[in-house]
Amino acid sequence: MKINNVILQAVTKIVVFIILTLAVYLFLSGHNNPGGGFIGGLVLATAFVLLFIVFDIETIQKALPFDFKKVAALGAFLAVATGFGSLLFDAPFLSQSFGYFDLPFFGKTELATVTIFEAGVALAVVGVVVTIILSISEDV
Amino acid sequence: MNNIIVLPMVIPVLIGIILIFLGPYTKAQRWISLGVMVANAGISIYILNRIQTEGILRLDFGGWTPPFGILFVADSFSMILVLTTSIVTSVCLIYSFFSIGKAHETMFFYSFVNFLVAGVNGSFLTGDLFNLYVCFEIMLLASYVLIALGGRKVQLKESIKYVAINVLSSWFFLVAIAYLYGTVGTLNMAHLSERIAEAGQTPLLTVISILFLTVFGLKSGLLLYFWLPGSYSAPPTAVAALFGALLTKVGIYAMFRVFTLLFYHETSITHTIIGVLAGLTLIGGSIGALAYKDIRQIVSYNVVIAVGFILVGLAVATPEAIEGSIYYLMHDMIVKALLFLLAGTMIYLTGTANIDYMSGLIRNYPLLGWMFFIVMMSLAGIPPLSGFIGKVLVGQGAADAGSYILLALAFISSIFVLYSLLRVFLSCFWGETIISVEDEVPLKKGMLVPCVLLTLVTIGLGLGAESLAPYVSDAANTLLNPDVYIDAVLND
Repeated sequence: MKINNVILQAVTKIVVFIILTLAVYLFLSGHNNPGGGFIGGLVLATAFVLLFIVFDIETIQKALPFDFKKVAALGAFLAVATGFGSLLFDAPFLSQSFGYFDLPFFGKTELATVTIFEAGVALAVVGVVVTIILSISEDV
Repeated sequence: MNNIIVLPMVIPVLIGIILIFLGPYTKAQRWISLGVMVANAGISIYILNRIQTEGILRLDFGGWTPPFGILFVADSFSMILVLTTSIVTSVCLIYSFFSIGKAHETMFFYSFVNFLVAGVNGSFLTGDLFNLYVCFEIMLLASYVLIALGGRKVQLKESIKYVAINVLSSWFFLVAIAYLYGTVGTLNMAHLSERIAEAGQTPLLTVISILFLTVFGLKSGLLLYFWLPGSYSAPPTAVAALFGALLTKVGIYAMFRVFTLLFYHETSITHTIIGVLAGLTLIGGSIGALAYKDIRQIVSYNVVIAVGFILVGLAVATPEAIEGSIYYLMHDMIVKALLFLLAGTMIYLTGTANIDYMSGLIRNYPLLGWMFFIVMMSLAGIPPLSGFIGKVLVGQGAADAGSYILLALAFISSIFVLYSLLRVFLSCFWGETIISVEDEVPLKKGMLVPCVLLTLVTIGLGLGAESLAPYVSDAANTLLNPDVYIDAVLND
């Protein structure tokens, strides 16, 4: 018997955008407030997991054609590479720096290298969480 | 700037990640991993020589000075171990090229070997107790994957035990760290040492040190070795050799660091307990080594005996004994890897692990037989080989300190090592040849070459012990004089 989950699917289509927005917000606010790459990544991953549960895995994999193991690896690479990058500038490993820039639309903005590191963490979290969920779902 | 001392950990991490993207290109993965290990060996030799002229090196991550930030500290002891790790891993990698199989290689085998080495090197280099925990976890996570990869029934059975025991001991580790932080309010090892020396090692701190002893005892197989023979005999040969050579040694290293740098004030309690545990380990390991007919079990129990032997040096804690332990650590990493590789090769050739069903192998594979003979001599401590110098120095230290029971146990255990391996040798290599020329499984050169390399290293280490002496005595000096370490970290 096919389960009728029209309502769930309809709600999900909207809720996913709310979750994704929250994830980006948490990610960016992490610089000075609670939040950051790990939490943002977890929330981002819940959006994907929700999609996988509500729609079937094949459909979503067609829409998001990533190998999530590679996403995790890319994230880990970014995180380590930012630490490694400080070697090129003759600074101690894992050093970070920041500066203020005048961007056309945002005005005076603080840009920090730690954001790249956090982006790496977020990608790694998304990749790992989705990989875990997908491998568990294969077993059942 | 000492950024170079972070390289032995970061290069394997970075390369391990890159190898994930090279999934199907196994050839590239092989050569890149081997290149990493050779490069690591070169880097560690360079750092080791720099330490001799400039003293202990340290690197504050992100420029946060100690005791506020995390840092890596490279002294002779850690660099010697990093160097030996690189050599052993390179050789085990070469062995795995020819034995591990395509299925492993495409399932990120080389990535996880790199991560394992990163964790091991990180544990050796870190100067922060919590960072030590993190590096332990990196190493353990990689080892969980490596032990279960392949998915044979015995592997899954053993990996459940292995994971359970290690999760438990990691939890103990975390609790011990929390207690220590709650008591003295820092986790930087040099700073800890300073504060414990100032406040005196109170009974509370001694109890915490016993908790650390339990944790490292579980990791290194000091008395709490019940999980070890099973887990080390389950994975493929190359992985088992890596485990046998590296994993217990990290626990031993941590024990040396903690009980020479932090908790060295109440030696009558802590070091006596270590001595008793070491003695019991020697007895238990010797019984185990004789009790089994499965060659993998015999070899695994030999790992246990070595753990006991090395910690006799720590329990005695005279300069000679510590030097002896350091020599013996290097020797044991190399020779245990070789022993595991030889045992694995014998199983590959005969298709059985039971020594009763092997006979007369030396006629079929003479070189293999002679290498087994050399490794046996080396483990027993026969002079020109690498086990000798360590055994003599530990024995001398134990005699100087008047620990005659430990001395006797240590040397009787050597006889048991010799006997257990001699039994394997007599049963498997001597006697009537039961494999006819037609049935002979050809011995791959790729399996033989790594064994030959390690045999050369054990001979070289025995003959070249003199040239290593300055490094080893510097390492022992740092271990016995915590002020050297503290000065290098805090007062620069």
